Amino acid sequence: MSQFLKGTAIELRGVEKTFGITSVIRNVDLKVAQGERHALIGPNGAGKSTLFNLISGYMKPSVGQILLRDETISGLPPYQINRRGLSRSFQVTNVFANMTVWENIRCAVLWATGQRYAFWKNIDNLPEVRERTAQILVDISLTARRDVPAGLLTYAEQRALEIGITIAGGADVILLDEPTAGMSHAETERAVALIRRLTEGRTLLIVEHDMSVVFGLADRISVLVYGQIIASGTPEEIRGNKKVKEAYLGEEAA
Amino acid sequence: MSDLASSAAPPLPAAADKLKFYGLWLAVIVALLVLPKLFSSGGSLTTFSLIGISIIFALSYNILLGQTGMLSFGHAVYYGLGGFLAIHAINIVAKNKFAIPLPVIPLIGGLTGLVFAALLGWVSTRRSGTAFAMISLGLAELVASSALILRTFFGGEAGVSANRTKVFRLFDWSFGPQIQIYYLVAAWTLLAVLAMYALTRTPLGRMCNAVRDNPERVQFVGYDPHVIRYLAFCFSGFFAGIAGALAAINFEIANSAYLGAVQSGTVLFATYIGGIGFFIGPIVGAIFVTILSLGLSDLTPVWQLYFGLIFIAVVMYAPGGLTGLLMMHRPLLRAGTLTRVLPSYAVAFVPTLAMITGLMLAIETIVHFTVNPGDDSHIKSFGIPFDAASPYIWAMAAMLIFGGFYLSRKTWTRVAQAWDEALSSARDKGVAA
Repeated sequence: MSQFLKGTAIELRGVEKTFGITSVIRNVDLKVAQGERHALIGPNGAGKSTLFNLISGYMKPSVGQILLRDETISGLPPYQINRRGLSRSFQVTNVFANMTVWENIRCAVLWATGQRYAFWKNIDNLPEVRERTAQILVDISLTARRDVPAGLLTYAEQRALEIGITIAGGADVILLDEPTAGMSHAETERAVALIRRLTEGRTLLIVEHDMSVVFGLADRISVLVYGQIIASGTPEEIRGNKKVKEAYLGEEAA
Repeated sequence: MSDLASSAAPPLPAAADKLKFYGLWLAVIVALLVLPKLFSSGGSLTTFSLIGISIIFALSYNILLGQTGMLSFGHAVYYGLGGFLAIHAINIVAKNKFAIPLPVIPLIGGLTGLVFAALLGWVSTRRSGTAFAMISLGLAELVASSALILRTFFGGEAGVSANRTKVFRLFDWSFGPQIQIYYLVAAWTLLAVLAMYALTRTPLGRMCNAVRDNPERVQFVGYDPHVIRYLAFCFSGFFAGIAGALAAINFEIANSAYLGAVQSGTVLFATYIGGIGFFIGPIVGAIFVTILSLGLSDLTPVWQLYFGLIFIAVVMYAPGGLTGLLMMHRPLLRAGTLTRVLPSYAVAFVPTLAMITGLMLAIETIVHFTVNPGDDSHIKSFGIPFDAASPYIWAMAAMLIFGGFYLSRKTWTRVAQAWDEALSSARDKGVAA
């Protein structure tokens, strides 16, 4: 199998997170192979978003190690993890509301094209930034809304922009936190097609509640319940897993 | 790059746009050259100089407030330190006969602002919001009080003075007459405005806006919001220092008032009243506030009270500032529906003016009885004499306030209606978004 040849993109070793006396993540071990689409499922409050926050550097793990391509990233601030090629989206839309769609994407392109904190370059004279921004704009199908402030977009458009900002920097490890939450059926279908296309050849870790999305998209699935991973495997294995059925999937998905 | 992608990008400014842009700057230069020919009195030249200084200061403040979303209560620190260093520089240059002409001195002020912003900013820019505002206030108090303690450098209450005509002269410009100071200020204002405009068009300038909108998300596109805030703070300190140095050159003195809370408050007022959401907002605000404070202080002893009322009115009813109010009309102007709103303005103007007049009458009367109750009650405010003790005046003030308030409320709902109609028909024409 290719995933054994390619090596590991994300690895969690004995990761724990406690808030006061509450243990939110308990001894989690997880491996996501490079190029794999890995879904993280579990009931509300299982700690999925917390796990994302730990991996992306938004929070620091209390115990344990997080590795990105075999290098430790636990304890690094989010922007340094991002510069190493890991990018995440947010469950609640988190864009630059007063800036236009174009400017939103461009902000996400700047560091990746090596602009850093440049104050001596004219932003309009950066062809590479322009091209990449335009490409992302086309990819997320928001060309017609280019000059609209992000705060005025429809919900589905904002979700698309959220994904656009996440992938714009060219990171090869992408974390998407419930990208289709709150979308209609048709919107969800479009979003899934978009995610499938944009994460081609990249590693994807996705939190998702919609089981049709999860089973249609993921190569592997991990199930998180009460801060612990109770099962990890291919969609078929997860579907047939007794513990998962009891804890989460229930009868409907069986 | 695919054709599809290239067509998706916003069009680059065409040759005509660029010509328009450069034409605008050229027009500004011509206007600055012609202005002293039209208003050649010493008083108006001083006013123009003060406006220029105020423009630089307000724009430097807006790098923080409008561009990066940082509310500072202590921006005068960098203005004032720039002013003090400029005065000391003039004295040193004059004493040692260094070959440094006066037009270079503002750069020393700017570098002073930059150095102190770089020293004091690293900690305060760690957070935006309340923490930053509080630290800026604390630092301002610290510097302002040390200005009174460190007498050798700050000159205590009296301040430090200098003679600007004693420095090395270039092309025989003595910088004694105000007209020469005007040209010096105008040139520096033009340079600083250009530089600060260019800054908004750079990757850093754009990321400043991103930090303003959402500092959390900035971290997940590879940027450290702390570094962005810090750099913005340094630039802001640099331009504030230039403004302070120009003020010091203009007055030939620097004192503790330069660093104080009033100065920090004034720049916040000017920037906000002008409009923090637009690049030209602080320019409009600086012009408005400078002229108003110079004009009002001649007309009434409590001009700061009126100033505060204007500020409150802007915060409550026009959060986009004066520029925001003007810009609101742009879609209507383009759609040609502006004429539908104007009559309602004219109707609303009369009772609103009546209410304001009543308010001013009441304020002046109250001020007379609280500030100097023993004096003759026949007073003169805004050039109009009246008897503050007369019950007729009191009744008139009350009538104007309440009657004006009642009527203006009605007329302003009319204005709102006219607006809605004009805007929706502008939308039908596809002009407004």
